[in-house]
Amino acid sequence: MSFVEYGDTIKDGDTAIVFLGHESMFPVKVQHGTVTQTKYGVIRHSTDLIGKKYGSKVTCSKGGWVFILHPTPELWTMNLPHRTQILYSTDISIITMMLELKPGSIVCESGTGSGSLSHAVIRTVAPTGHLYTVEFHQQRAEKAKEEFREHGVEHLVTVTNQDVCKNGFGVSNIADAVFLDIPSPWEAIGHAKSALKAEGGRICSFSPCIEQVQRTCLAMEECGFTEINTLEILLRVYNVRTISLQIPDLGKATEDNSGLGFDSSNPSNQGSLCANLQQGSVQFKSGVPLREMVGHTGYLTFATKS
Amino acid sequence: AMEAACGPGACIREGDCAVLKRDDVFKAVPVLRRRKIIFEKQWFYLDNAIGHIYGTTFEVTSGGSLQPKQGVEEATTETKEAGTDNRNIVDDGKSQKLTHDDIKALKDKGIKGQEIVQQLIENSTTFRDKTEFAQDKYIKKKKKKYEAVITIVKPSTRILSTMYYAREPGKINHLRYDTLAQMLTLGNIHAGNKMIVMETCAGLVLGAVMERMGGYGTIIQMYPGGGPVRAATSCFGFPKHFFDNLHEFPLSKVESLLSGTFSTEAFPSEPEQNTLVEEESNGLSDEKQVTEEEPTTEASMEVSQTEEQETMDINTEDVEFKENKEKDIKENVREKQRKQWERRKKLIETAALLRERNSDGLIVASKFHPTPLLLSLLEFVAPSRPFVVYCQYKEPLLECYTRLRERGGVVNLKLSETWLRNYQVLPDRSHPKLTMSGGGGYLLSGITVVLDKGKSDSSHSEALKMEEPSSKRCKVQDLHC
Repeated sequence: MSFVEYGDTIKDGDTAIVFLGHESMFPVKVQHGTVTQTKYGVIRHSTDLIGKKYGSKVTCSKGGWVFILHPTPELWTMNLPHRTQILYSTDISIITMMLELKPGSIVCESGTGSGSLSHAVIRTVAPTGHLYTVEFHQQRAEKAKEEFREHGVEHLVTVTNQDVCKNGFGVSNIADAVFLDIPSPWEAIGHAKSALKAEGGRICSFSPCIEQVQRTCLAMEECGFTEINTLEILLRVYNVRTISLQIPDLGKATEDNSGLGFDSSNPSNQGSLCANLQQGSVQFKSGVPLREMVGHTGYLTFATKS
Repeated sequence: AMEAACGPGACIREGDCAVLKRDDVFKAVPVLRRRKIIFEKQWFYLDNAIGHIYGTTFEVTSGGSLQPKQGVEEATTETKEAGTDNRNIVDDGKSQKLTHDDIKALKDKGIKGQEIVQQLIENSTTFRDKTEFAQDKYIKKKKKKYEAVITIVKPSTRILSTMYYAREPGKINHLRYDTLAQMLTLGNIHAGNKMIVMETCAGLVLGAVMERMGGYGTIIQMYPGGGPVRAATSCFGFPKHFFDNLHEFPLSKVESLLSGTFSTEAFPSEPEQNTLVEEESNGLSDEKQVTEEEPTTEASMEVSQTEEQETMDINTEDVEFKENKEKDIKENVREKQRKQWERRKKLIETAALLRERNSDGLIVASKFHPTPLLLSLLEFVAPSRPFVVYCQYKEPLLECYTRLRERGGVVNLKLSETWLRNYQVLPDRSHPKLTMSGGGGYLLSGITVVLDKGKSDSSHSEALKMEEPSSKRCKVQDLHC
């Protein structure tokens, strides 16, 4: 396995995702002789994992079972050890498309942070592209390097430990796209411009506050970037539920229910609507929004160098 | 000098597919010499654009020629005089001293749009009393109307999906570009994949998948009817080799492939064709053999051709036809048979690819009900691979969700939608844009796992338990969220 290439069977050294159900999962480094504890009991890597097919059901020592999934950048994003606040797949998706990333793209990024976006970028630009990522926090830079090595993608990424606002990306006239997720992106716009190819490219900056966006847009304009555009993307997740609503008793006889518009003799006449008049209720399927949702991650500002 | 500076693919070349851009309006066009283009109420020729770098902005001058615009002129007003509020500005309809005819005369004289805007400002009696912001807005509005500038950009998923959503949303089932972006990510589309794509979005989704795979890996496009529609795909201007590993398979043959009854013998107008295949593979083709079947795929395969090219082709064919009728008929028959044989060969190959049941993902975005598509096409996908279904409406996905839970073999099912909000960011005037898109469709995504056939009953009842919670259970689950 690697994060840029699917494999069929689980091998020693792989990073696999243990799926316990209901969005409850965690990553595990597969190693001969190692055991992993879950709430369903122990998983023995040598016998339970190595040589098995990805996607298999693995029975744990207490009889419960889990699924072992092939790693992807999206699963990694949901499970990675946070060293910083991270970008999630909803933002990553629009960033990837709006920066026009594809196999062969050369990308500059700062900061590396926990490597959530980095993994997604590497996946997209492989096998011929490259990611130059800059992180000013030495420990985080080291940790990211280590992860890239473990995930079999180190040949596709260069991690540099320096301050992007002072020293730039360490490369010039080479990038198709630049991504900034730093507190003061306006200080790095000039460096971003010189990192981009002479014939042009795309840039994106992620900021939680509108004042940061304001300054970034000004800096982009001063540097001659065009097509400056700020947007925000929000994810709405729905739970699929069968809802049952009671029919109020208005003192009418049960035979008179046709007046409500429900035909009890033909429950399928309204799609998923299904009347259960004996119990005095109507059932239907609904996509119910979560009680709480993420209302704001950050503003994404895109621009073009041409 | 311009061409020397061009990297590979950075220059506008004859025969390219390019996209015209004016403000937020896009139009995809083929780059051809001496071909009149009409875009945003203006007509021009692209001849002069050839050789320039993509991203260059051009001005439309009289006679429809394009001239590259040198730099962007800044604020045309030298006088920085401005009012503070609008208490004394009265709308009497007489603030503009230039009449409609005056403006038309200026335009007819071929005066640059920039100068017309300047004249409009000078002849506006209220301009100086407007606030600085209002002056800005006035200039922007007039510039938009009179300054005829267009930018020529290279096609990409970003550009084409934005263009389609704005111009022809009906053709792509109202799939908004941010929703398409989610699909590509949720589907883990990348180089080397073996993907199954079923779409009725004019080939836009296929093109997006092809861009992300960069010519590495395999794509099997499932199509309804006579052949896949690839009008949008052709706008991407992909290199030829991207099509080497693009296969297509008719949806109407899926059931027979799954049940094991599929054979190419079941394909229309058979027995003669069989012998033809054998003979041709032996290098002994029989020229007299005539097969009547005119492939319907052909027409839709060649949507990439522009109308003009098509008419040209027909004309040359006509001439040849008259000149050498008999030879031509023979050649046509032979060509037809060869194409048919090629198609059958490809179909057999594609069937074999599907039969391996080891695809790396499934993308569905069509006008059809998603449930039957999913239940059948997931059979071709390997375990531990993502799938994504798009639907313009939420309700069919609710049903699809339930049926997939009953079937088993999938985890991490998620029904979602994205909202997109655009912002105006200007000093002291930042706010969300006034209008936003009401809907860009819904996605159902998940990951396949090994299907445990013996225990599907238990997973069924479990699924139902999850699905139909009593009111009490509902409360508990709510709290967990």
